[in-house]
Amino acid sequence: MSRTASPSLTMGPVYYLWDGPKWRDFHFRIADEAPVDRVVIGETVCSKRQHFIEPHIAEVIERLEAAGKTVVLSTLSLVTLERESRQIRELVADSEHLIEANDLSALGLLNGRPHSIGPLVNVYNAPTARLLAGRGATSICLPPELPFTSVEKIVAEAPAIAFEVFAFGRMPLATSARCAHARSKGRIKDNCQFVCGEDPDGLPVKTLDRQSFLALNGVQTVSHTCQALLGELAGLTACGISAIRLSPQDCDMVAVARLYRAVLDNALDADEAIMQLREIYPAAPLSNGFHHAREGAAWVARARDTAHGQA
Amino acid sequence: MELICPAGTPAAFREAVDAGADAVYCGFRDETNARNFPGLNFSRDELRDAIAYARRHGTQTFVALNTFMRAGDEEIWYRAAADAVALRADALILADFGLMAHVAERYPEQRLHVSVQASASNVDAINFLVDAFHARRVVLPRTLTIADIARIAPKIRCEIEVFVFGGLCVMAEGRCSLSSYATGKSPNMNGVCSPASHVRYRQEGKELVSELGNYTINRFPAGEAAGYPTLCKGRFDIADSPAYAFEDPVSLDVMGEIDALSAAGVSALKIEGRQRGKAYVAEVVSTLKKALSVSPAQRAPLLARLRGLSEGQKTTSGAYEKRWR
Repeated sequence: MSRTASPSLTMGPVYYLWDGPKWRDFHFRIADEAPVDRVVIGETVCSKRQHFIEPHIAEVIERLEAAGKTVVLSTLSLVTLERESRQIRELVADSEHLIEANDLSALGLLNGRPHSIGPLVNVYNAPTARLLAGRGATSICLPPELPFTSVEKIVAEAPAIAFEVFAFGRMPLATSARCAHARSKGRIKDNCQFVCGEDPDGLPVKTLDRQSFLALNGVQTVSHTCQALLGELAGLTACGISAIRLSPQDCDMVAVARLYRAVLDNALDADEAIMQLREIYPAAPLSNGFHHAREGAAWVARARDTAHGQA
Repeated sequence: MELICPAGTPAAFREAVDAGADAVYCGFRDETNARNFPGLNFSRDELRDAIAYARRHGTQTFVALNTFMRAGDEEIWYRAAADAVALRADALILADFGLMAHVAERYPEQRLHVSVQASASNVDAINFLVDAFHARRVVLPRTLTIADIARIAPKIRCEIEVFVFGGLCVMAEGRCSLSSYATGKSPNMNGVCSPASHVRYRQEGKELVSELGNYTINRFPAGEAAGYPTLCKGRFDIADSPAYAFEDPVSLDVMGEIDALSAAGVSALKIEGRQRGKAYVAEVVSTLKKALSVSPAQRAPLLARLRGLSEGQKTTSGAYEKRWR
């Protein structure tokens, strides 16, 4: 089967705590202006934040669908409390929308019906992808950690599934039962007072030598660098990737989506796009190391360059 | 409750058996397990001898194949599973769904345990693995309190094993790419975290600086004991104040809570430390084995003695205690 059609764009779930109106307005603008095909919404990082977006979910879905976008509902990535389990059971039982599973409980509950697999589920090889497809998964966003050599193999050996790669955004690197974000502000998870809301693009973690390194987002730790697969899009398209995921950061995501769309459509050169992306999202240096089987923080310049520098 | 003990070498394996381990867990000398360190682990012949030795002493052997299969190289993991089954391992400890499905289908009689690396942290997740792959036991991630475990236990259809002593993962296991972000080597893909190959120490004036890849993980003033730069136990700057952002250099010790764990429905207690030497294994296993058989009052002094062996001589009960969050 030849799968060289131009990939579609997916806007991933907002990982950060944005207040309700900011979260709503972000999605309204995506609905109205961004050339994305799918939008994944819903709290993915911390169940305590759920009430911030709850009042706006219905209007956001309505606006996105009216604009012709497919809406997918994301599940929590770390489920330990009964309240969290119940929330996922109810979502699976009631939802008319496609659900994106981000932990094993959602995978189990979604057995036998069409669903998506998010980048926080460990899919490292084709046998795992085929197993998930056999249980109803129709699309899989592969983990950011995967090198291209693995991506290529998996796509080739699991042709029944639509694969997506994480191509823009700070990479989710870890999640914990402990909230390092609350801890950094002298609190613990249970009395956090939503201090993560003070850092809508993450709280920088630097080394003692002042190197920018990571960022805290509640119980999640993300990279300081921003994954930017632009020079790699042609190779991903050629290997049969169906969709490109953009993970929201606190920047002009409409501009980011237009940029990726333009490169996919061969309307913009990747090198030019990289320069523009640095202006759209100056807060973080770009990286693509995982894709090239290097350390994730690394920036590997395009093949015709010989300089391989650290971001 | 069973005591499940680590062995990184045949010598440590024998020590663990002699010290009274109910089961010893170990792995092959390659990337199929999450302690893929130089000089550690077992050849096929060594594992055959170890299993025979264990069986003579009534001890079980669990083989950890708990990394994620590299796309295109699945055969390495399949062969490891086939060999472990042929050598009559009492259980395989697995994390990758593809490998679990392979083992469940090819070797339906083989006892399958869910590795902590699979991150099965709730009732629906665990029952999914029981239903899909006939898992007989789950090693719970270090993200749950004892009360959480007690709530989960009656609703799942397999046994529960928990970590009680040794290294402490601060992040949900099997879902952490911090190490590969800094070094390109990850627990999931390469079986290593913060690998020694990427560690450097340098003296800067009076301070000793520890680095992982290109990143400073800690700086130790003169007089402060320097620890290994495990990424999540590093000291970092957040808003200009230096601190252990994720966790202090401590290790896990919840042996003081074994009665509560037993009441919660835990069947097996696991000791971390396949990278540790045989003397450590012998001392920890024999002391914890004894601790399991005496009264709580007699237990305390036994456990206090062990604390000197822990990382930085400091311990925590981690996520088992709610305030840790």
